[in-house]
Amino acid sequence: MSKQRIVVVGNGMVGHKFIDNLVTSEHASRYQVITFSEEPRLAYDRVQLSKYFAGSTAEDLALTTESYYQDKGVNYVLSDKVVDLDFDNKEVVTASGRREAYDQLVLATGSFPFVPPIAGNDQPHCLVYRTIEDLEAITASAQQSKVGVVVGGGLLGLEAANALKQAGLETHVVEFAPRLMAVQLDEGGGKLLRSNIEALGVRVHTQKATTAIVAGEQYRYRMNFSDGSHLETDMILFSAGIRPQDELARKCGIDLGERGGVVVDNHCQTSVKNVYAIGECALWDGRIYGLVAPGYEMAKVALSHITGGDQQFTGADMSTKLKLLGVDVASVGDAHGNTPGCKSYTYSNDVDEVYKRIIVSADNTRLLGAVLVGDADGYGILQQLCVNKMDLPDDPNALILPSIDASGAMMGLDSLPDTAQICSCMDVSKGAICCAVQNGSQTMAEIKAETLASTSCGGCTALVKQVLDAELTNLGVEVKNDICEHFAYSRQQLSDIVRVTKVRSFEVLLDSHGKGHGCEICKPTVGSILASFWNDYILEDAHIGLQDSNDIFLGNLQKDGTYSVVPRVAAGEITPDKLIVLGEVAKQFHLYTKVTGGQRIDLFGAQLNDLPHIWRILVDAGFETGHAYGKSVRTVKSCVGSTWCRYGVDDSVGLAIEIEDRYKGLRSPHKLKFAVSGCTRECAEAQSKDVGIIATEKGWNLYVCGNGGMRPRHADLFATGLDKKTLIKYVDRFLMFYVRTADRLQRTSVWLENLEGGLEYLRKVVIEDSLSIGVELEAEMAHNISNYQCEWKTTIENPERLKRFSHFINTDTRDSNLAYVVERNQIRPANEQERIAVVEVIEPLMA
Amino acid sequence: MTKQWQTVCKVEDVTPGTGVCALIAGKQVAIFRTLKEKKLFALDNFDPFGKANVLSRGIQGSIGDDLVVASPLYKQHFVLSTGKCLEEDVTIPVYHVREVDGVVEVAA
Ligand code: SRM
Ligand SMILES: Cc1cc2nc3c(=O)[nH]c(=O)nc-3n(C[C@H](O)[C@H](O)[C@H](O)COP(=O)(O)OP(=O)(O)OC[C@H]3O[C@@H](n4cnc5c(N)ncnc54)[C@H](O)[C@@H]3O)c2cc1C
Ligand code: SF4
Ligand code: FES
Repeated sequence: MSKQRIVVVGNGMVGHKFIDNLVTSEHASRYQVITFSEEPRLAYDRVQLSKYFAGSTAEDLALTTESYYQDKGVNYVLSDKVVDLDFDNKEVVTASGRREAYDQLVLATGSFPFVPPIAGNDQPHCLVYRTIEDLEAITASAQQSKVGVVVGGGLLGLEAANALKQAGLETHVVEFAPRLMAVQLDEGGGKLLRSNIEALGVRVHTQKATTAIVAGEQYRYRMNFSDGSHLETDMILFSAGIRPQDELARKCGIDLGERGGVVVDNHCQTSVKNVYAIGECALWDGRIYGLVAPGYEMAKVALSHITGGDQQFTGADMSTKLKLLGVDVASVGDAHGNTPGCKSYTYSNDVDEVYKRIIVSADNTRLLGAVLVGDADGYGILQQLCVNKMDLPDDPNALILPSIDASGAMMGLDSLPDTAQICSCMDVSKGAICCAVQNGSQTMAEIKAETLASTSCGGCTALVKQVLDAELTNLGVEVKNDICEHFAYSRQQLSDIVRVTKVRSFEVLLDSHGKGHGCEICKPTVGSILASFWNDYILEDAHIGLQDSNDIFLGNLQKDGTYSVVPRVAAGEITPDKLIVLGEVAKQFHLYTKVTGGQRIDLFGAQLNDLPHIWRILVDAGFETGHAYGKSVRTVKSCVGSTWCRYGVDDSVGLAIEIEDRYKGLRSPHKLKFAVSGCTRECAEAQSKDVGIIATEKGWNLYVCGNGGMRPRHADLFATGLDKKTLIKYVDRFLMFYVRTADRLQRTSVWLENLEGGLEYLRKVVIEDSLSIGVELEAEMAHNISNYQCEWKTTIENPERLKRFSHFINTDTRDSNLAYVVERNQIRPANEQERIAVVEVIEPLMA
Repeated sequence: MTKQWQTVCKVEDVTPGTGVCALIAGKQVAIFRTLKEKKLFALDNFDPFGKANVLSRGIQGSIGDDLVVASPLYKQHFVLSTGKCLEEDVTIPVYHVREVDGVVEVAA
């Protein structure tokens, strides 16, 4: 039997989905597929288009490859537009004159950007935003522009505005309606979004109808508005909505809607036999769906009909969750409250810039819609409540009011049916995720690979994670990240509790949120949380029992019970005089000396009784503690840089010292190591540090989350060409965000790998301030910096504290168990055999 | 066994939740005061695993119902009341300790 021929016109997101579904189905062998694309490449992820401006390439955005199509036997023709349909001969005709026969024809021609009929809209630098070629044109135009205007304040318009902003342009949004995102948001939501966006420096002009684009005086163009006002700009991006690409259907007499769109039935069939339409070109029940998920659904339905199945398209959920210019925005169901008799609950918080509104049925039992701006974490649950017509919780307020443990206040996932669609982009149900978990998937990465859930827009990520965790729990797999048996909370949760309840002591926290007496895991954790929030002196009596011996005695405990002494030598730069002091101290107290891997000098073998005397001398000579014992900033390694090195581009030592001085003493979940190199030869090995900085001709390049040690990780390039002020701002925010959110003993490398959204998300939080916490993070850092005190200095000035520095509480005698041998002219602890012939216990030479 | 009570220090010298070390008749004794009940315990100061006199500098807490101290070197737990190690089959000496008129006394 010869194969049936299917021609797919348009290889966009939906056309490709149709083809991919077909070639991976059991019916694959019965069909021969050919697809035509007007664009010069196969399908790519239009949803992620904006990422192109953040450095993604056309390859990164690709949804498929030519070799995949070849492997699967799919024929494809690029850069050739289908211009005619010959229904009698069942053939399509392309612009290049090619004719191709079909048995079934699928129109997946998508839509095109609507450009309002304004005089002058066809000049150079008047652009649209839909294809990769459009992006290239925008980039080129932006390079020759200072000011850019986006016409249209909808979802795509705001994404476009973000692109212009990132390109460094003064950015304006001109909207005809009285508010932004009028389709999705209600008035309150639109207002907050506007103020958030304006705070980012994007100017918003609502209720403006453009009448003409004429030559400008200061900038390239001048836009005249109907109210007599005007705005000057160098470039204009039209994003005033989309129109279905129905040109071909129109020409060939296929039924269209009054305002365009190829009319389809529940099987996605058009008015012409054997011709289907799917995606944004299709008009179902008088509606065009401008989102990808309904398009994917149509692709499934059309394929089902062609292959003899009976799936139907019965409408789709238009709920959306997005990050626009870094602001979380979500809209669910009847966001405007148009349902007769409906009621609403609104939560609005100007301080944190959060607006949430839910619309419920007249009898208060069903969720009809929701609008979230500023905090869209509840989106997944709300969308499920709405789509599955589930019972509202007794107190619907809980759905929008902030609480420490929001997920707990929400309804249980158990009540969701297995058929509930969790990821709408990839059409993954709760049942499919649970099934993957039952078959062994345990992490988000595994779930993504197995089910494709959360691999497109990402809006469902939080919910997918919750389903995963719930199912793991059902299977008896422990997903607890309780820190220990005394607290059923993660470090992050404990830290939230401390912050919200303003607890200042371990005992109180144990009483209110824990059980038992604590241990060597939770005590230091809480100690470090308390220290990082309240920044009390670490040796307060109330905190002392929480600290490791290293922290109490401000030195690292060595194998024989003595301590090491590591003064800070910022950036490794040290004067001869200070070097001499170190040598003298080592001699006087019989310490072993070694240059560390962190560009400073470690003095080993100090006895408890001697520590205060040693530090007295060091502090007097201008040294400070190096925090070698603490979970805090260790060293900022530097190379010699432009002051001496013939290749140096900038003063790496100067910056390293400044950075080390700035962050010294900062308490964090784990130690922090930095480095600054003076040029790309990278002698300071900055790319292996938590924070690495490299000088370039264009400014400082910032790398984050590198690690040496047990599991080395190359740092990721975070931002480039920074001036010092911006650099420090980013590092402030980065560090504080890490301190606030990482688990105990989680280096930045591991933290990043576990951070949902990864590097991209981190960039958004730090650079775009998507959570609007930038100012807060910087303020906290400033607070930390201004409260810095050298712990050793504080300690030696306080006789009470010095009492602790004695091996015995009831005598000045020293620990008689210590024994040393001399090797390479210095002491080291004696081993078991050598102990037999005990070497004298060394007393310091008191000066 | 004849036990001789010896005065060690004032009870406030042992901050609740921490320990100190005393030299009693040539023995190093780690004295602990608990955080919640402020009870006193005394164990040998020698860590048999790390082979160093450091137990008084360990962090106190509880594992299940046992009050314990964790060695600051390699974190093995020793039960304060019995000296039993929870990880390995080792028990270290315990000593008598009491508070008399605000003063800590040990018999070792
Ligand atoms: C002294 C030093 C070795 C030396 O003689 O050069 C050293 C000594 C110790 N290192 Fe280190 N590390 C030293 C540089 C490093 C470096 C190199 C560097 O910083 O450039 C690394 C790899 C870089 C990194 O951390 O990414 C390093 C990776 C580690 C690790 C593994 C960390 C990891 O993320 O995998 C540990 C274990 C830990 O922290 O859990 C560790 C832990 C330790 C401890 C604290 C172990 C302990 O608890 O006794 C050692 C105690 C030091 C002391 O008594 O003062 N040390 N350690 C170096 C001190 C640098 C300084 O001036 O502060
Ligand atoms: C910037 C941007 C952001 C977006 N963000 C989201 C989002 O967050 N969430 C979401 O759900 N949706 C989003 N969308 C919408 C989503 O991209 C579309 O819903 C989806 O691409 C529709 O797929 P389609 O295949 O119907 O159309 P398209 O992807 O547009 O594909 C149609 C293809 O057909 C080609 N074509 C047209 N006519 C012919 C012809 N005659 N011959 C040959 N080829 C032809 C076109 O050139 C095009 O390549 C976004 C869109 C844009 C532009
Ligand atoms: S990194 Fe560059 S500037 Fe620094 S020492 Fe090496 S070559 Fe010189
Ligand atoms: S809903 Fe878009 S990726 Fe899951």
